[in-house]
Amino acid sequence: MFGRKKAGFPGGVVLEGHKLYGQAGRTRAAPIPKELVYPLEQHIGQAARPVVAVGDLVQRGDVLARADGFVSAPIHASTSGTITAIEARPVPHTSHLAATCIVLTADGKDTTRGEPLWPIPSHPEKLTHEQLIGIVREAGIVGLGGAAFPSAVKLNPKDTARVDTLILNGAECEPYISCDGAAMIEDAEAIVRGAGLLKTLIKARQVLIGIEDQNTQALAQMQAACKAVGDRCVFVKTVATRYPQGGEKQLIQTLTGLEVPSEGLPIDIGIVVHNVGTAAAIWNAVTEGQPLTERIVTVTGSGVQHPANLRVRIGTPIRALIDACGGYRTQDGLRLLMGGPMMGVDLADDNLPVVKATNCILAGTRDDLAPPPDPMPCIRCGDCVEVCPASLLPQQLYWHARAHEFDKAQTLNLSDCIECGCCAEVCPSNIPLVQFYRFAKTEIRVADQERRKADQARARHEFRAERLEREKQAKEEARRRKREELAARQAAQKAADAAAPDAPADSADKAPSPAVQAALEKARQRLQAETAQNAPSGEGDDA
Amino acid sequence: MLLSLLAFGGLAAVIGIALGVAAVRFRVEGNPLVDQIDAILPQTQCGQCSYPGCRPYAEAIASGDADINQCPPGGEDGVIALAELLGRDAKPINPENGVAQEKPVVAFIDESWCIGCTLCIQACPVDAIVGANKLMHTVIAAECTGCKLCLPPCPVDCIELHEIPQTTKTWTWPEPTVTPVKAA
Repeated sequence: MFGRKKAGFPGGVVLEGHKLYGQAGRTRAAPIPKELVYPLEQHIGQAARPVVAVGDLVQRGDVLARADGFVSAPIHASTSGTITAIEARPVPHTSHLAATCIVLTADGKDTTRGEPLWPIPSHPEKLTHEQLIGIVREAGIVGLGGAAFPSAVKLNPKDTARVDTLILNGAECEPYISCDGAAMIEDAEAIVRGAGLLKTLIKARQVLIGIEDQNTQALAQMQAACKAVGDRCVFVKTVATRYPQGGEKQLIQTLTGLEVPSEGLPIDIGIVVHNVGTAAAIWNAVTEGQPLTERIVTVTGSGVQHPANLRVRIGTPIRALIDACGGYRTQDGLRLLMGGPMMGVDLADDNLPVVKATNCILAGTRDDLAPPPDPMPCIRCGDCVEVCPASLLPQQLYWHARAHEFDKAQTLNLSDCIECGCCAEVCPSNIPLVQFYRFAKTEIRVADQERRKADQARARHEFRAERLEREKQAKEEARRRKREELAARQAAQKAADAAAPDAPADSADKAPSPAVQAALEKARQRLQAETAQNAPSGEGDDA
Repeated sequence: MLLSLLAFGGLAAVIGIALGVAAVRFRVEGNPLVDQIDAILPQTQCGQCSYPGCRPYAEAIASGDADINQCPPGGEDGVIALAELLGRDAKPINPENGVAQEKPVVAFIDESWCIGCTLCIQACPVDAIVGANKLMHTVIAAECTGCKLCLPPCPVDCIELHEIPQTTKTWTWPEPTVTPVKAA
């Protein structure tokens, strides 16, 4: 209720930050490990297709795998070395399953590809829209906020005339994560210049950069950078520190007052949102010709000795990051997460690689991530409704998901749930609400896929039945025609027989050639002679 | 009296004509119930229900010739959906029709054994096997419904059913353990 007035979006919760903002400007480069692992599927959409073979020598920036389809992104080598395997390895995913990965053994020289993958423009602002999209696509840039959606797709609005505002998301709302904060302090100018470039090319009227008010240093740096760059259409906006302020739809609502329609996209209301880190990555790709091979990762939690933000080569094992931060403080009750405590992905172990979506490694102990107490029955207090930033009815959705009434959950707009976890956070009965929504969502997705597959099978089966019927009819038709032909021929013969009853049977159809006639005559004579000879002996035999 | 007779007689005539026209004009081709039943059936086209495909089975259910529990691939969920549609009681799958497959499967041809006889191609209800006489055959995995109809005709037993492996794309969230609800 009162929350609606404070922030631009309804609901939300205020959480303790646990951020590393005090350490700003101290982002170190993590050491390059001996072995780097690149899952082919580290973005939303189709997995990339490998273009290297085992034994190939590569340099930093070389393409390892190409984008496969429109919503896909290529993957590049993040250091020099030899490809030693292309095989299934465990990947950082909630399923803890293995997926195909390219394994690169570093040679320690870290040489970079000589020529850039695309020509570096002397005046970036003179690039055409298509050229920029081409560079962003070739550079393998995906949303660095955690969702890893291919950025080129977002820059490709069908109708650029409809883009009014470009929003850069610097509202790092989830506790513990501070990589965007570090990027805004250290790469402020690249972010602002990248924003300006994107704005010109997608013909947006203005750029709004949303930063939470708790991150004072980033606010100051970004404002200074805006002044230095002198772009009058780029505005730094302070937003309230309130989870999930950094949610795409929530930030849009806070900054513009507009609401993204249900099941719609920001482009539907003329808005494009990118993460601040993504803007910097695009600027670096355009001006330096280098693809996305490293990113800032927050390594934090009370389980590590010295929490820090690190510049990490994509593919580095998580263990190496922990070691770079002084190792584990304790192993007791340790839980590894990729992302923050609200929406992070549980990791099975620390052998998993850093992917493009890895914004934070949270090594939490019981102090950070208390194991949830046993759930109790829902008391229908309605607290979850108050905090839901999507204005849904979490309690109803929970009942429907539990009762497997997925169609009812869908009519209550389950698909608009952003899985932020506010409802579960405030639930006095500790019900794992988000798990229920995720379960219901995947069940709906599976049912949808099955239905589509069944429709396809039905169409194919009906087509086959039709084809068999057609073939059968064609066969019958052929048979009937043959019969008719035969009947016609017989009828013709009969007619001919009737017309010339004296004529010999064989001459009814056609007159045999003289040679045949002669042969027939000879045969007849011989037959007659034989019967004449055989007649007496035959009688003798009988006697 | 006459007026009321005329009025009601006229009304009856008008409504009768309107109904007659509507019956011709808005005539429904086919049985919509069959389509509804067919939409619930899994379209495996396996014939385990003893009918030659899902649509004939749907027709048999609609006409009352077949029971709703003869489709093992549809499973319990399918029976429940049919029961809801038809206002009947759900019942377990008839064991005479077979047992439900736990996990989705896809046919796989061991190509080193295939002799190219085309018998499986003729058996496949959804044209999911490609090949030609004396040439190796293969299964289009995306189209295969896992109906097993290609297994019996194969003279060299080179077809097996493989479980579809789970990937990060097909993985689903497990159902959370249900919270204990204490009686009030």
